Parts: sequence; structure tokens; C-alpha cells
Amino acid sequence: MSEPLPGPKRKNPLARTQQPLLPPAIRSRAAHGLTLAAAEGRFAIQRCAACNSFAYPPRDACPHCLSDRLPFVEAPSSGVLAALTTIQVSGDSYFRERMPWRTGIVTMDCGPQVIAHVHGDCIEGEPVRLSLQLDRSGHAVMFANPVSRTPDMQDDLQWREMAADPRDRRILISDGRNPVGQALARSLVRAGARTVFVGVADRWKPFPAEQSLRELAGVEIVPLEMTDERSVADLAADIGAKVDILVNTADHIRPGHIFDGATTLHMADAMNATLFGTMRLARAFAPVMIARGADGHHGAAAWVNILSVYALANLPAMGSLSVSHAACLSLSHWLRTELAQGGVKLLNAFAGPLDTEWFQALPPPKLAPAVLADAVVDGLRRGIEEVYVGDVANDITARLAANPKALEREIGQ
Amino acid sequence: MTAPGNQTSAGLLAALAASIADAGVKVIDLTHTLSPDFPTIVMPPELGQSAPFRMEQISRYDGNGPAWYWNNISFGEHTGTHFDAPIHWFTGKDLPLNTVDTLPAADMIAPACVIDCSRQAAEDPDFLLTRSAALDWEARHGRIPARNWVLLRTDWSKKTGRDYANLTDDGAHTPGPDAEVMRWLVEERGIIGLGTETIGTDAGQAGHFSPPYPAHHYLHGAGRYGLQCLANLDLLPPVGALIVAAPLKIKHGSGSPLRVLALVGG
Repeated sequence: MSEPLPGPKRKNPLARTQQPLLPPAIRSRAAHGLTLAAAEGRFAIQRCAACNSFAYPPRDACPHCLSDRLPFVEAPSSGVLAALTTIQVSGDSYFRERMPWRTGIVTMDCGPQVIAHVHGDCIEGEPVRLSLQLDRSGHAVMFANPVSRTPDMQDDLQWREMAADPRDRRILISDGRNPVGQALARSLVRAGARTVFVGVADRWKPFPAEQSLRELAGVEIVPLEMTDERSVADLAADIGAKVDILVNTADHIRPGHIFDGATTLHMADAMNATLFGTMRLARAFAPVMIARGADGHHGAAAWVNILSVYALANLPAMGSLSVSHAACLSLSHWLRTELAQGGVKLLNAFAGPLDTEWFQALPPPKLAPAVLADAVVDGLRRGIEEVYVGDVANDITARLAANPKALEREIGQ
Repeated sequence: MTAPGNQTSAGLLAALAASIADAGVKVIDLTHTLSPDFPTIVMPPELGQSAPFRMEQISRYDGNGPAWYWNNISFGEHTGTHFDAPIHWFTGKDLPLNTVDTLPAADMIAPACVIDCSRQAAEDPDFLLTRSAALDWEARHGRIPARNWVLLRTDWSKKTGRDYANLTDDGAHTPGPDAEVMRWLVEERGIIGLGTETIGTDAGQAGHFSPPYPAHHYLHGAGRYGLQCLANLDLLPPVGALIVAAPLKIKHGSGSPLRVLALVGG
């Protein structure tokens, strides 16, 4: 059984903060089929299109019939832990610091044998459930999990290296005026976050949800104006070293036609609030998060961006939002590579229209902010990188994969 | 302060400079510091918004400029302590010389009458200056001369943040003039402009007056000016202060943040 992980102790000022090291990161091009599945929380391995046999590890030709048609497909994740080893000594710097480390061989029900990291609650000879996880270097690894939930299983230290569990962590949400920020505060408090800092811009403007936010135990309202370099820097000076997970909810939604005079101004405001706001936030907070990537068992773990799924395909009715979040999506890829130096994950959560005031005129289905917030918590617990929340977000991604031109022609109709 | 009647204008200026130097004439800064968190006028969010003051550093003796410190700044024309030109309002849109770049330079220096409403504003944030209150003031201090600023002292500038903006779900609650006194000040007294300590020359609820925003309506319709977000009005005498208010010379500008100074005799 997993030992429940005690809450973090206060930092010992005499002890050097451990530098974040990363596990080996070299992968073949073919192996990134696993990275894609792991990033989205799916389980997929190669299956030969000619002879239908599953293959692992990734390769360029089928080991059974030598066909080179080896697409990654969703696969059954069940298997049996055929052999278990607890490694005590390793020549790799990352693993040396984390000994002992359990690895094993899992015989998959669909055929292949895989070497996997093994959760502490898995028993040799018993069934396990495999998942593809992103390790600290951001690459896919096989992870053997117990078939059903066990007490405190999320506290297994090997699992924690794969996940970014918000429990006992300190979290900054960038915008408490945003209904999504408010829902996230509630979800993260429920998920056991130690402190949820909630940024509020323009403190001189009252807003309806302020009182309920203030009354939420564990929530601390902090001044944060993402369009103001100084405000962001001041907050980072204050709490930067305490932010283990940062949730960036920056949006600026103003419907408008591309030729309207006001739309250029709206777009400038949107870019300032979202793209440049995220850059200011990154500049102020990310370096400390990177440095704290291995700061105990509750160190800096993840950066979350809440993005519109229309970042992937412009919705003309929400043109400036689509453009600004498309820019934020590109920025997120840049930022992800920087955060990776510290083993800090970057999670993008994509949503369609939300059930909030700025999407008032769009028809249903619309996503409740609470559902989006819970999906973010789930994504953090599973350590994934891309979360598509709700029917619209999943529909858009599926249509984009199938035929981007069809999506472009149809989306505005 | 004595100004000999037979003095030449050059001598007058020399005497003024000497008096400023020995603090006989005091120079009082009526300006708030331009800072990012200073409240700005609020419009419904779907409308265009005046940008708040922002500053981004270019360099500070570093790799981006080794020996120098400087910033890029941005703001709306109506941010912080600022000047409203006649073109700001529809009533003044067709007047000559109605923008800050064409503003006659002589209009940038004018005396002020200061009407103290600080007690009333403390009791009622929606306090309105009326014509009868202005007439009471005249009974004590004399008729308001033409081409004078009227400065509405409310001590509102001593408030900060939320208290300063004083927004509730039915709008802002800040003091200002009513419609009748504005028409009277402009048409009967010929003032050069109205200055307030609040975010607008108009009261917070003035959108519900008739006409809406009467200070803007009457002042700018007659080619007069507005000054708002003033500070330190409590340091001015009821009459006799000389106001220096020179907005930035922005082409086709409707207003601008500015430094407002008052010269006050001893």
C-alpha cells in the first residue's frame, strides 16, 4: 500500500534547493507516436495494418510480417506484471536521486511485452493496467498501475514524478474576475491545494463573485494586472517562489467584425491581455518555477493555459479571441520547451464556448466553467499536456484532424 | 502680493519670478501621479475603453541600454489628471480651435474660483453643486469673473482606489455640478472651464441628468474646457489662484494628461 505523503515542511534555509535533473530524453522519431498519445492521456501503441499484430517498442517495420504500415492505434491497456525489479543503484543522475525505483516487465493482453515503471501497489504476477505517461523530460514512458484504485495511490513517489497533483501545492490563478478563474479556485481547493492565490486586476472595480471567492478557505486574493509589467513583477517578487502550479486564464473576448473600427482596438487589447500578459507572467514566474522543479515532493510542477479551442481554427464570430489564443498556443510551445529544463509541465486546456457572459449570443452546447476547472484538475493529476474539454472542443479537434479545409469552410456557417 | 499698477509687463514677470524664488508666490502642484493603478473612466465593457497608464521598461543601465534608463509609456487621452478639449464632446465637435493642438496658448493660464463643497461631498457622495449654492458662494467671495476656472473642491482626491471610483451596480457615485449650474456658469458667467477632483467633470450619476453629462455638454458646446482628477484644491484660496494647465500638443487630440500648477499669493 502507498504511504500517504505528508504535507510539505517549511523550507530549510540552510539547505541548498535541489537542482532539477531530467531522465534520459532520447527517442526515435517513431517513438513520438507514444508521446502524442501520452500528451493527450490516451493509450496507443503500434498495430500492423497488414497482419494486425501489436508491436512494442515503436519501430519502423512489423516484427511479425515486416510490413512498414505500423500506425499507432488505441490499444487495450491490460496486462500482467510478469517480473518486478526494485533498482537500488543507477548510473543515471536523475534516477540515482530517486532510488529505489521499481521497474518491471508487463505482458500485455494484446501481445507485446513492455518494460514499465511500476506503481508501488502493483504485485508481481498480478494484472496491471498500463498507461502512457510523460516523464520529467516530457517523453512518453510505460507506467504499470494497479487495476483498481488503492488507498493513497496518488502519493506513490514514482507516480508523482509523472503527475502534477495539485494536492498540498500552492497555486496561482491569474484572473479571479474570470468565471473560469473562480471555478478553478473552487476545484483546486477541493483538490486539496495548500494555498490558491487568485489574481485580481483593477482592485478599485468591485465584481459580484468577490465575496464568495474571499470566503473560500485556502484562497488568497492578490493584486495582479497582466497588462502591467510592474504589477506582474511585484507579485512575482512577493510570491514567485511559492507558486508550484500557475494557471493562466488570460482571455479578452470582444465579438466584432474584422472591418469594424473598434475591432483593431479590441484585438490590441486582446493581444495585450493574453499574449503579452502571458509573456509578462512567464518572464516573472517561470524562471523560479524552473529552478524549483525538484524542490522536494511538492516543488514546482506545472503551468496551465486555459485556451479557446478556436485557437486551432478561427471562429469568425469570435475572431479576435481566436487570433489571440492562436498566438498564445504558439507561445505555449515556446514556453513548454523552457519549462522543460526544470521538468515543469505545461498543460493547455482547450474549451469551446463557455456558459459565460461573453458567449451569451452563441448557441449551446456551452461548457460550464466548473466542468472545465474539474478537467484541468484531472489533467494535472494525470500529468497530461493537452486537454480538450467538452463536445465542441473534441468536435473541432476531430474535424481539424480529418480535414482542416472542411472545418475552415464550415466553422463560420 | 502687490503688483504695482505702473509696472511694465517685463517688470511684472521679473517680480513674479523673484516672488516664486523667495516663496512669496507659492507653486502648488494640482496633479496626481500617473500610475497604472489610478482609476480611469469606466464604460460598459463592450464599448471602447480608455487605456490606463502603462509603462514598459526599455532599459535600465543594462544590456538593452548600458548607461541609460528609459521607458515606453501608453495611456488614453483621458487618463489621470487630464484636460478635456471642446472636441471631446459632440456639442463642441464643429467649433474652431477645439483640439488640444489648436488650443490658444493664452487659455492655458487663467485665474480660478474655488468652491468648497468638501463638507457636503463627505456627507453625500452624490452631492450636486446647484446654482443657488454658487450664488451663495458669490455672496461671500464676489461674482465669478469671466474667463476664470471654477474648481470644485470636494476633497475627493484624498480618497484612493475603490473609494475614489466609488462604483456600485448602478454606476459611479461621485459629486459634481447639476445641469442648471453648468448652463449658468457657462452662459451667465462665461467661465473658461470647470475643474474637479473626481474622474470626470460631471457627477458619477450625470448620465441620468438632462441633458446627460451637463458639464461636458455645456462646457464643450461653448468651447470651454474641463480639468479632472485634480489634487490639492484644499491648498487654494477661494479666489486669486492662477492656474497653469497646458495639455500635450497632440494632433487632433481630444484631451491629454498634464501637469496642472497653481500660483498662489502669500
